[in-house]
Amino acid sequence: MAGVRAGAQMPHLSKMERVVVSMQDPDQGVKMRSQRLLITVIPHMVAGSDLVEWLIQKYCISEEEALHLGTLLVQHGYLYPLRDPRCLVLRPDDTPYRFQTPYFWTSTLWPATELDYAIYLAKKNIRKQGALVGHEKEHYGQLHRKINHAWDLVVMQAREQLRAAKQRRKGDRLVMACQEQTYWLVNRPPPGVPSVLEQGPERSSCTAGQAQMSPQGLPSNCSPPGPFQNKNIDFYKREMELCRKALGRARVKSSVCLEAYLKFSSQRELHDPIMSGCLPGNPWVTDDDTYWTMNAPSVAVPTKLRVERWGFSFQELLEDPVGRAHFMAFLGTEFSAENLSFWEACEELRHGGQAQVRVMVDAVYQQFLAPGAARWVNIDSRTMERTLEGLHQPHRYVLDDAQLHIYMLMKKDSYPRFLKSAAYKDLLAEAVIPPEAKKRSRLAHRVFPFMRKLPHSSPSPALLPAATSGEPAAAAGGPECGEGGA
Amino acid sequence: MCDQTFLVNVFGSCDKCFKQRALRPVFKKSQQLSYCSMCAEIMATDGLHENQTLASLKSEAESLKGKLEEERAKLHDVELHQVAERVEALGQFVMKTRRTLKGHGNKVLCMDWCKDKRRIVSSSQDGKVIVWDSFTTNKEHAVTMPCTWVMACAYAPSGCAIACGGLDNKCSVYPLTFDKNENMAAKKKSVAMHTNYLSACSFTNSDMQILTASGDGTCALWDVESGQLLQSFHGHGADVLCLDLAPSETGNTFVSGGCDKKAMVWDMRSGQCVQAFETHESDINSVRYYPSGDAFASGSDDATCRLYDLRADREVAIYSKESIIFGASSVDFSLSGRLLFAGYNDYTINVWDVLKGSRVSILFGHENRVSTLRVSPDGTAFCSGSWDHTLRVWA
Repeated sequence: MAGVRAGAQMPHLSKMERVVVSMQDPDQGVKMRSQRLLITVIPHMVAGSDLVEWLIQKYCISEEEALHLGTLLVQHGYLYPLRDPRCLVLRPDDTPYRFQTPYFWTSTLWPATELDYAIYLAKKNIRKQGALVGHEKEHYGQLHRKINHAWDLVVMQAREQLRAAKQRRKGDRLVMACQEQTYWLVNRPPPGVPSVLEQGPERSSCTAGQAQMSPQGLPSNCSPPGPFQNKNIDFYKREMELCRKALGRARVKSSVCLEAYLKFSSQRELHDPIMSGCLPGNPWVTDDDTYWTMNAPSVAVPTKLRVERWGFSFQELLEDPVGRAHFMAFLGTEFSAENLSFWEACEELRHGGQAQVRVMVDAVYQQFLAPGAARWVNIDSRTMERTLEGLHQPHRYVLDDAQLHIYMLMKKDSYPRFLKSAAYKDLLAEAVIPPEAKKRSRLAHRVFPFMRKLPHSSPSPALLPAATSGEPAAAAGGPECGEGGA
Repeated sequence: MCDQTFLVNVFGSCDKCFKQRALRPVFKKSQQLSYCSMCAEIMATDGLHENQTLASLKSEAESLKGKLEEERAKLHDVELHQVAERVEALGQFVMKTRRTLKGHGNKVLCMDWCKDKRRIVSSSQDGKVIVWDSFTTNKEHAVTMPCTWVMACAYAPSGCAIACGGLDNKCSVYPLTFDKNENMAAKKKSVAMHTNYLSACSFTNSDMQILTASGDGTCALWDVESGQLLQSFHGHGADVLCLDLAPSETGNTFVSGGCDKKAMVWDMRSGQCVQAFETHESDINSVRYYPSGDAFASGSDDATCRLYDLRADREVAIYSKESIIFGASSVDFSLSGRLLFAGYNDYTINVWDVLKGSRVSILFGHENRVSTLRVSPDGTAFCSGSWDHTLRVWA
């Protein structure tokens, strides 16, 4: 049922057709000429190299990209080589190509049935003995067995088509044969050649947009009824509700938002290994994993870049186990460490198992919220009231308000103080700047390739003992694991 | 019918039956039409037929959308590439394949990185899910799913489990074990149940919750231990193909993209759609948040990638080129958000300058469409999976 949906799933086909059409433009298109093929002269041929050149000029792309794009056009059957029509490749030389007739364009998505294929193979077989290649012979045999009952029809059709073709000029006959051959190369690719028509599992069409007008439901060419057909009224009502909500939301000026990207990206540029490299070297490039060892989640002395990142945002600081540990220590000196512990407990609740929700809520209450609790957190009275109310019916988000309040407190108050503190400044000063890996080792690889060191394995996280939150896990050890599993 | 006299002003084609008749004006939801007397009578006696409700609802929705676009445009005072004019252009970009992972027997459909920055899990059409140490290219685990087309896989944050699913309509979690006596498939836990294929899955901040997207048009949040459905997200008008969790401080939202050309942002707690964007012209195959969490990028079958800003509530950039004809199947940002890597169905990977909107580089190497692409957690490399049965790590 290649119908509406399949076409919608292949918008690249119509784009390719537009390219092919503009290639055939008499003024701006590719240079066409006639080509002598044995004793016949075929008009409207283009050379492979001219095609590539045209693509380079038209789209301002490199030769490699133009060749790649041209090859895709040929693989999809929009162009075919006249001399060696068994192989759909683009050669960037004077190999002649012709444009496929729109009748056979891939976008028509005709169901290329077994009967059609059988007729085509029969024609080939009749026209010249031994014209069928390996996989075609196999298919021919299979089809002969499968549609044996209709085989007379197949042979008759084939003979009829051949007879009709004989009435044409030799040049036309040759061209039509090539066109048909290309069509079948696309629809029945030889073994080893991936099918360009394959799209993966079928996706259901968005029929809510094409509101069905007939009371019966669907137009006949639609894909089978899915869960979306009957939602039309609700669907539009929901869309309108969304629109109304969106109309009411507060928006920020584009200039403000876009400036933020510039600031963010420039701040992080030096921290982006792909943009700026990383010291001592990118493990994927040098085959040396020192970078990862030096930046392990719980390393004793963090690198300078890492400590700098803690100053970018509160979120960065908390996400880094080493940063969080130092922040916790700092809060300890200010006697407000329970804030961070409370936040951590709330995170565990939010992301924990459903079965543990009640128990965890209770534990948090006992430890942080109950009057006279051991690590009582200071939340404003309104939030506290609301939270305590919610505790009657505990769910995983019941502490969200309180958690946010404490988070903002730390972010606006403790965090800036941490950044200005002597503790943080010391961390920055003591942080390591890894030296760049010595160039010598890479040279050794080039001179003695067989001496190439195997990259170190590292133990899989699945092997390490589970680290409990807040405690720095033992630093990932050296190369003790050797080769991994199977 | 009483004796009514009415003025015949117009003689022409009836708006309903199209016959040449004497027409009278008829008002439907503030829209004036011309009906012949027959149709006018039918309308009066019939009451609102369902088709007319649908048509009028549709036009109302369209006009609301138009108003929304007008509102959004009011605050759009500058384009991204204009703002980015003062940013230095990027130089020559050289990225090469540093590792090729061979071992899948069929198309690679999805992959995900482990937090240890070197291990990955990948899934393929033949049902195989493989865990690799991509640094050494060793395979560490392999599982065969009972279904083909495993379109989604994810690594748990602890590194101790993986989740995967596809045409079986389920998402299953497998704990990773090195015990040679244990069969990984034996400890499999079935977590999510959808009514159509699973297109994407992701663990939230812990091993205990999974977010899934499905061809049945919904997303859902599940408790891994019990398989309980915690929240479901309805709103897409067609298959949902992708999702990504927001890296925000409060960690409560995620974005999904689907075949209805819409990208929708959801509140995980309430199940409500918070924002929606509909500017793509075809299926959205992949969505990924900008590292700051204030925006997200999407890749679509319409051969473009687009950037949507959440605070400005609009699309702010389109990444496209006339020579790029095939759809983008997956996108991801570099760590600083300056680069956008996009894998396409024409076997290539294009690297875009997010700020300037220009293409920085095109990477060849795969021999069939690139189906999945993720940047490693520390941004040192990215991995691409393809229908040519291989995965490549680029740096």
